[in-house]
Amino acid sequence: MSATDIEDPNRRDFLYIATGMAGVVGAGAVAWPFIDQMRPDASTLALSTVEVDVSSLTPGMSLTAKWRGKPVFIRNRTADEIEAAKAVKLDELKDPLARNANLASDAPANDLDRTAGEGKENWLVMVGVCTHLGCIPLGQQGDFGGWFCPCHGSHYDTAGRVRKGPAPENMAVPVFEFVSDTKIRIG
Amino acid sequence: MSEGHSTYTPKTGLGRWFDARMPLPRLVYDSFIAYPVPRNLNYAWTFGGILSIMLVAQILTGIVLAMHYAADTHLAFGSVEKIMRDVNSGWLLRYLHSNGASFFFIAVYVHIFRGLYYGSYKAPRELLWILGCIIYLLMMATGFMGYVLPWGQMSFWGATVITGFFTAIPLVGTWIQELLLGGFAVDNPTLNRFFALHYLLPFMIAGVVVLHVWALHVTGQNNPTGIEVKSKTDTVAFTPYATIKDALGMIVFLLVFAYFVFYMPNYLGHPDNYTVANPLKTPAHIVPEWYFLPFYAILRAITFNIGPINSKLGGVLAMFGAIAVLFVVPWLDTSKVRSAVYRPWYKLFFWIFAANAIFLGWLGSRPAEGSYVVMAQIATLYYFAFFLVIMPLLGLIETPRRLPNSITEAVLEKNKGAGGGHPAGATASPETRG
Repeated sequence: MSATDIEDPNRRDFLYIATGMAGVVGAGAVAWPFIDQMRPDASTLALSTVEVDVSSLTPGMSLTAKWRGKPVFIRNRTADEIEAAKAVKLDELKDPLARNANLASDAPANDLDRTAGEGKENWLVMVGVCTHLGCIPLGQQGDFGGWFCPCHGSHYDTAGRVRKGPAPENMAVPVFEFVSDTKIRIG
Repeated sequence: MSEGHSTYTPKTGLGRWFDARMPLPRLVYDSFIAYPVPRNLNYAWTFGGILSIMLVAQILTGIVLAMHYAADTHLAFGSVEKIMRDVNSGWLLRYLHSNGASFFFIAVYVHIFRGLYYGSYKAPRELLWILGCIIYLLMMATGFMGYVLPWGQMSFWGATVITGFFTAIPLVGTWIQELLLGGFAVDNPTLNRFFALHYLLPFMIAGVVVLHVWALHVTGQNNPTGIEVKSKTDTVAFTPYATIKDALGMIVFLLVFAYFVFYMPNYLGHPDNYTVANPLKTPAHIVPEWYFLPFYAILRAITFNIGPINSKLGGVLAMFGAIAVLFVVPWLDTSKVRSAVYRPWYKLFFWIFAANAIFLGWLGSRPAEGSYVVMAQIATLYYFAFFLVIMPLLGLIETPRRLPNSITEAVLEKNKGAGGGHPAGATASPETRG
């Protein structure tokens, strides 16, 4: 009786598969640290909260804060800008979602949900990065009086919602809160 | 071609000793001296050699530049200026390296278009072609990362836009982008890793070049007629014929290169890159290096959603697709005739394609607005139609011209009208000179 008479799957098959699997897992375990080291490190992650004093911003003024290496636009909007943004119907929007990290992910992109909320509708806080390919839009420009990205021609309105051009989403509203009447904490 | 067995005979005792232990001289002799090349190669075939020289030049200048460069966001811009002003001959080495990248791409584009015109990608040279496409991809990655190193405005914003491509990928896009950047935006970790990879990739290119040349020496070179070598009279020895022709091609190419290095070193660059990177301010027009412009135009041409694919993902897919389509060209072209010389319709569409590619490059340098967008959309459509519609269809419906029976017959026929020793004949076939 020779070895080939043994019924499949035999002991040999099991050993081959077990050895092969151990090899695959081992290779993965060795590869992972090489991939993992590329992810944002602890010092980068540590810069995840900033506080900004906005007491000097009168309506119509903006400032740009730096958060996680990206600019954050903080704008005290004028009454005209708020009216213009409120007048826009939701079905005219390219992206109907608020993209506001402080709200549910399916919140609609109406003017209130884009801003600091009830009573603070004049405050618009958003990551000033075009959702197309990451350029920084220029303020108070473009066809809708909001922001215009010079790189690939995306137009945003006075609530930072994309209205025209290749950008797929409204500019993101980061996690933020008013820690006092004049101070905003981002992140 | 290569199956003809080695004619190398070592003449000295040392040569025989070496040959019995490690026959490197034999390999060199068989590959670059006795190696038979088609007798009708024209100057378009000198660009392979030119590319080898450019790779070596880039590695050499790059290594010495790395000795003076600091990959840190606070130091990088200054260290490049220091190379330009303080380091002995630093200005020359940097201009050689930065213009060298451009001339590397000029040469590779001629080389690619040569392949497309003469059907060099067709069986049995598919792998040769694909290896070439891999080299081209590696060159693009190397060129892109190298452009980031001076840490100017275009460096920073080019890196931002190009790594932004990955955010278009659904679900894992942002994770991949953060993995590439080592942060939430282009910053010090990004610069550091790009420097490490910019140093690595040229050596990977050199490795793939070895495979490319290996594959070339198995199948032998294509030639302007696209007919395979059939007899010994179809070929001449690599040395002196191809060596001398390649040398002349290189010298002329390097003369033009030197003109740029010494008289217009910044012509192919962008003035904004002499402004230090500012993460809070985007330049008015972000443009990549000129050699990426056609693909940049394709990226920006997709301004509309296609079903579930939004315009951003669509643009990125179109751009990567424009390069990916090159890999399958050997199977898209259905014609049995290789060379465009014998394909009147393919020749026409090829030249339209070449003009269209340059047009796309020009559009890539224009702002993305108004009629430029529409023109880019039309040009993008032709780019893809050339590969996906024209190439497969033409092979089925086009009537090619009569092919000569052999390379020798084609050469003799061409020289009949020219008269013996005519310079035009001499360039086509070195053997007929004088």
